[in-house]
Amino acid sequence: MIQARNLTKHFGPKVAVDGISFTLEKGEVLGFLGPNGAGKSTTMRMVTGFIPPTSGEISVGGHDIAREPIAARRLLGYLPENAPSYSDMTVTGFLGFAAEMRGLSGDSKKRAIHRVAEMCFLGPVLQQGIDTLSKGYRHRICFAQSIIHDPEILILDEPTDGLDPNQKHEVRSLIRDMGKNKAIIFSTHILEEVEAACSRAIIIDRGRIVANGTPAELKARSPESGALTIHLGGSPGEGAGKKLRALAGVERIATLGENPLRVRLYPAKNTPSADLARAVLQAASAHAWQIEDLRIEEGRLDDVFRSITLPDTTKESRK
Amino acid sequence: MNPILVIAKRELGGYFASPVAYVFLVIYLLLAGFFTFMVGGFFERGAATLDSFFVWQPWLYLFLVPAVGMRVWSEERRMGTLELLFTMPVSPWQAIIGKFLAAWAVLALALLLTFPLVFTVNYLGRPDNGVILAGYLGSLLMAGAYLAIACMTSAATRNQVVSFILSVVVCLFLILCGWPPVTNLLVQWANPAVVDAVASFSVMAHFNSISKGVLDSRDLLYFASAIVFCLFATSVVLRTHRG
Ligand SMILES: Nc1ncnc2c1ncn2[C@@H]1O[C@H](COP(=O)(O)OP(=O)(O)OP(=O)(O)O)[C@@H](O)[C@H]1O
Ligand SMILES: [Mg+2]
Repeated sequence: MIQARNLTKHFGPKVAVDGISFTLEKGEVLGFLGPNGAGKSTTMRMVTGFIPPTSGEISVGGHDIAREPIAARRLLGYLPENAPSYSDMTVTGFLGFAAEMRGLSGDSKKRAIHRVAEMCFLGPVLQQGIDTLSKGYRHRICFAQSIIHDPEILILDEPTDGLDPNQKHEVRSLIRDMGKNKAIIFSTHILEEVEAACSRAIIIDRGRIVANGTPAELKARSPESGALTIHLGGSPGEGAGKKLRALAGVERIATLGENPLRVRLYPAKNTPSADLARAVLQAASAHAWQIEDLRIEEGRLDDVFRSITLPDTTKESRK
Repeated sequence: MNPILVIAKRELGGYFASPVAYVFLVIYLLLAGFFTFMVGGFFERGAATLDSFFVWQPWLYLFLVPAVGMRVWSEERRMGTLELLFTMPVSPWQAIIGKFLAAWAVLALALLLTFPLVFTVNYLGRPDNGVILAGYLGSLLMAGAYLAIACMTSAATRNQVVSFILSVVVCLFLILCGWPPVTNLLVQWANPAVVDAVASFSVMAHFNSISKGVLDSRDLLYFASAIVFCLFATSVVLRTHRG
């Protein structure tokens, strides 16, 4: 549904986006991650046709966004960063305007407003002026506006920004459900959201894609991924740590705590974690250790995020 | 519904949901009345015309039209709704025309509300109503031209005050560039052909000839092309500002 090829965007001398390419199919939810100023919003603005790219091509549902912007935008729903809305209107008025702009009128307009009001829990504020609403509600109204025409493609720039935990949860499940028969891009700074809602994620840093894969693939890039965390209860004796270290296929051991003993074993390159876990269990029964907890780490997305998108200062000082 | 109408409808709702439209209407009517009767000496003239009303129009509009037009695009840019509007399936042209028409309708309403003047002058004497109609047409066109200028300057900045001042300056230039003291000054530096060219931009000459009842196609063309040119400039300014 979306193809972006070699997008670049320069603002004067500043390069905000530097050669980003990606594709998105129906049924996919693509997460954009990246530090502040990485170029996520700029990329989304180019995909929606709000700003023209310096170079590169974007096709939305088969329409080139530069040559057939109107046809492409018909397919799109867009929630801009900071969720702007017309503060001089009421919620119904604003949603009605959005619906009319999308070519809905009369009954279908009423039904559309009713549907999004239900999905975004706007019932109690429908007749209220937007300028009197709280930030979270304003955010939800702009989100409602983006889905009012039930678009095939949704572009959401930080859709859960400013929402309370319950609403965050609702929006995430909404995105996951809608993702089954739409193509969705959303950006976020909340990494759990990626795991909860995305089928694929792209990490952008300084205008370039630095990682691209399913949440599980990304997590596997974490140094912790595949490591074994072991808690031994009771008093396993002095040499337990050394014995664990000596098992075949252990590359490195990290002690997380003494008494009770908590260690993390990192398997060597070609040793599957499951094999190592079996070896640990055999050793435990041989030495009569009480295992309280044994698990294979999946890796954590924020470790991956931090290791591939270093903050400016560390990156500069390493050069 | 056509997107131009949808945008115009929303925009009109915005004018009447905020005090902008009411303040404009009241101030316009008060000032128009003041200048027509107190300064213009409507009754003392003893003539059945609305000259004393129309002669002040360019000056009233000089401040009041930019005050209405200053928010057209700067507000949209300041609130970030421009991003919303321009990612909906409308062309920038449709948005520009829709917003322009809505603001023009407010100005037209103000003009319409001066109808008691027409009744008064008809009650008191036998005016040439064709001339009066022409005067209204000229006023409407002039308001449109000023408004298009205000749209253009408001597209250039997200600050309404800057937008207001810029459009007043441009409108003032259009009033003054045909005024004898200014043209006499220009003659000292430039050759007469240039001075004539500059003077032909003057809104005064065109407005005066229409409000005398002379509907010359050149005058109509002048206002129409001023509107089209400024709205075109608006689209260029909006495009460059999006980066
Ligand atoms: N209109 C503009 N003019 C100049 N520079 C801009 C403009 N818009 C964005 N930038 C710059 O482009 C870079 C990328 O900005 P962008 O808003 O895309 O970041 P982001 O990834 O969305 O960040 P955040 O997580 O903070 O939302 C930033 O350095 C920003 O300063
Ligand atoms: Mg952003």
